[in-house]
Amino acid sequence: MGKLIVSLSPHAHGTDTVERNMYGVIIALMPALLVSFYFFGLGSVIVTATSVAACVFFEWAISKYILKQARNTVLDGSAVLTGLLLAFNLPSNLPIWIIIIGALFAIGVAKMTFGGLGNNLFNPALVGRAALLVAFPAQMTTWPKVGQLGSYLDAETGATPLSIMKEAIKSGDASVLDQLPSSLDLFLGNHPDGAGAMGEICAIALLIGLAYMLWKKIITWHIPVSIIATVFIFAGLLHLANPAYADPFSVILSGGLMLGAIFMATDYVTSPMTAKGQLIYGVAIGFLTVVIRNWGAYPEGMSFAILIMNAFTPLINNYVKPKRFGEVPAKS
Amino acid sequence: MNIRTFSIGGIHPEENKLTHEAVTQVAALPKQAIFPLSQHIGAPAKPVVQKGDKVKVGTMIAEAGGFVSAPIFSSVSGTVFKIDTAIDATGYRKPVIIINVEGDEWEETIDRSDKLETVEAHPELTPEEIVTRIKNAGVVGMGGACFPTFIKLTPPPTAKAECVIINAVECEPYITADFRLMMEHADEILVGLELLMKGAKVTTGYIGIETNKMPAIELLTQKCAEKFAGSPYTVEVVPLKQRYPQGGEKQLVDAVIHRQVPAPPAIPVNVGAIVQNVGTAFAVYEAVMKHKPLFERYTTVTGKRLKNPGNFLVRMGTPMQDLIEACGGMPEGDNKLLAGGPMMGKALTSTEVPICKGTNSVTIISDDEARRKEPQPCIRCAKCVGACPMGLEPYLLAKLSEVKNWERAEHEDIVSCIECGSCQFTCPAHRPLLDNIRQGKATVMGIIRSRAAKK
Repeated sequence: MGKLIVSLSPHAHGTDTVERNMYGVIIALMPALLVSFYFFGLGSVIVTATSVAACVFFEWAISKYILKQARNTVLDGSAVLTGLLLAFNLPSNLPIWIIIIGALFAIGVAKMTFGGLGNNLFNPALVGRAALLVAFPAQMTTWPKVGQLGSYLDAETGATPLSIMKEAIKSGDASVLDQLPSSLDLFLGNHPDGAGAMGEICAIALLIGLAYMLWKKIITWHIPVSIIATVFIFAGLLHLANPAYADPFSVILSGGLMLGAIFMATDYVTSPMTAKGQLIYGVAIGFLTVVIRNWGAYPEGMSFAILIMNAFTPLINNYVKPKRFGEVPAKS
Repeated sequence: MNIRTFSIGGIHPEENKLTHEAVTQVAALPKQAIFPLSQHIGAPAKPVVQKGDKVKVGTMIAEAGGFVSAPIFSSVSGTVFKIDTAIDATGYRKPVIIINVEGDEWEETIDRSDKLETVEAHPELTPEEIVTRIKNAGVVGMGGACFPTFIKLTPPPTAKAECVIINAVECEPYITADFRLMMEHADEILVGLELLMKGAKVTTGYIGIETNKMPAIELLTQKCAEKFAGSPYTVEVVPLKQRYPQGGEKQLVDAVIHRQVPAPPAIPVNVGAIVQNVGTAFAVYEAVMKHKPLFERYTTVTGKRLKNPGNFLVRMGTPMQDLIEACGGMPEGDNKLLAGGPMMGKALTSTEVPICKGTNSVTIISDDEARRKEPQPCIRCAKCVGACPMGLEPYLLAKLSEVKNWERAEHEDIVSCIECGSCQFTCPAHRPLLDNIRQGKATVMGIIRSRAAKK
C-alpha cells in the first residue's frame, strides 16, 4: 500500500488558475487586436509585437537577475497581457525604441519594483503610457488615420474624436461637433477618416471581449458598468446644459473609454476587492474622466482617472467592507 | 417548485455522488471494536467498564463527562480487551475502549422489530421525557459536528424556538448516506421530526433538501402530506438550489426561513430555528421509540478509484480498514483517506481509525487530486471575497494571520469564519487561505477567551 497523504481541508479545488484568468483576458482582447490589425496594418503589428516582446523580456530578466525569484512568473500570461494593453494605448506609428522605454516603465518601474505580480499599486500598462506621454508628448498625441495598411513610421495622422470634442469646448461652438463620426460608426469602428490609439478604434470589438470575460467569470460587471454609466449620465447632463459638450453616446464610444473601463480599470491587482468598493471606484473613475476630458489639459482623461483611483484602492479596501452574514444594525 | 438558497457567496464543487443508487448494505461485524471517549463536542465520556467485563450490544461503556457531553454505548457484544489510547481522526493518540467481539447479543430492552411506532400511540412521551430519552441514548448531531442533541432542544431562556429544520442538504461532494437513509427510512425520519418538534415544543418543521436529490424531495413531500394532514404540525419539504455550503447551519436557516443568525456567540435558536441533521432525526426515532442507543449509523464509503463504493449501516467502532476492504481495498499508490467529504473532511493518518458517531463518509481521494498544487502569488482577483458565504474577506484574514496581526484580524471578524473552505477551493493561485485563517481564528478565539476570563 502507498502512503497516506495528510493535509487540512478543503481537499478539493476548483478548476480556476492564474493562467486561465490571464490568458482569458488575452483571448478577450483578440477581437480588438484583429480590428487594430485590420485598421492600422503593418504599424499595428510592429507596435504590438515590440510591446509584448519587450514586456515579457523585462519581466523574465528582472525576475531572474535582479529579484532572483525562485519561481519566474513570465509564463503566467501577465506580462503578455501588459504588453498587449500597452500597445493598445499607443499610436501605430510609434518608433520601436520609444515602445521599449514604455515597456521598461510598465514592467520595470510599475510592476517589478513593487515585488512583481500581485504587489503593484498602479496599472503597469497605464504607467508605461503615462511615462511616454510626459516624455514624448509630440509622438504620443498625434494619431495615425485608419486604413494605411502598409505604412508604419510614415503614416499620415489625423484628428481624433476626442480632439474634436476638446476643440468644440474651447471654442464654445457646437457646430465643430458636426465633424464627429456618428455614434453607430464609432460603435462599429466604421469611420474612414478616424484616427486614434490602436485598441480604441472599435467599441463593439471591446464589448465582445467584455461579454466573454463576464461569461467566463473572469471579471464581474461592477467596474465596467459603473464607469460607463457614470460617464454617460455626467456627459449627458453637460450636453443638455450646453450643446458644445458632445452627446453622451459619442462620449462613451470614443477614445479609450471602453478600453479603459473593460480592460484597464478591471485589472485585478489595482482595483478594489469588494463589490461595493468596485462601484465606488468605477463611479469615481467615470467622474474624473469626464472632468479631465472637458476641463483638463489633455483630450483623454481615462488613463489618468484610472491611475488616480489606483492610488485610492488601498484606502477603499480599508474602509469598504462586504456586508457580513447576519450583520444587524448596532443597538445603541 | 419554489427553490430557495442562501444569500451570500457559495461555490459549486464537482458532485461525484458515485453511490446515489447503491442500496445500503449491512457492514460485517469487526473482530475488535474501538470506541474513542471523545466522539462529540464537549467533555470526553468517562469509562464505566473495566478490562475483562462482558458487554452486550447497547451496553453503556462510558457515561457523559459533563453537561456538554454524551454517553457511549457498545455496538458489539464481547469482552472489554483494554482501556488504552489509539490514533483517532485528529491524528493524536486519544483514550479509547477496545472490545473483542464475541457473537452478537443485544440488550433485551432494545426493540429490534421493524414495526413503525407513532407518537400518538405513546401518550407517556411528554416533551421532557423525549429530551431525557435522547440525552440518555447518547444522541449527537450526525452531520459531523456531533453536538449533543438534547442541549439544542432546550434553548437558553434568552431564545425562543419557533421551528425545527431538518438538514438533509448533503452538500458535500461524494456523500450519499443521508440520501439513502431518506429513501429507505422516510417514515421513521418523519416520526423522528415529530419527536424533535414535540421535544422542542414547536409545531413548525422544515426539511431542506438540495434538488440533486429529487426522489427524496418527492418521497418526503408525499409522506409529509399523508402524515401531517389534520395534525397540529405544519411540515414543509423545502427544495434547495445545489450550492455549497448550504448544509452549514447558518446557511440552511438563511435559505429555509430567510433569517440570518448574527455573529458568534449567537446560535440558530437566537433566530428561532433548531437545526437537526436527517440522520439525527432517525437516531432520535430509534432512541425514543425503540429504546436503541446510538451505536450504529449510515456511512458512505467512496472514492473515484475505489472498486465497489457503497453505503453501509455500520456499527461504530468498526475500523475503516474493514469497510475499505469490503469495497475492494485501498487503491494502488498514494491516497488521501478522509473522515467526511472533500470540503470539510479530516485527512487521517491511519486506516485503523474507527467509525464514530459523526463519520458520515469514508472518502478516498487518489492520484493528483490527493496533492495540493504549488501556491502562486495572490493576484487580488477578489474571487475569495465573492465565494465567502459569511461575507468575510478571506485574502485579508489569511494575510493578517500570516503577519500575526491578531487585533486587526479580530476587528475583521475572523471568528465568524465557518471553515467551509470555499475561499481556498476558489483561489486561482492555489493559496492555502484556510490554513492561515484557521490558525488565526484559533489564536483570536484564545485571546477573546482569556480577556473574558480576566474580567
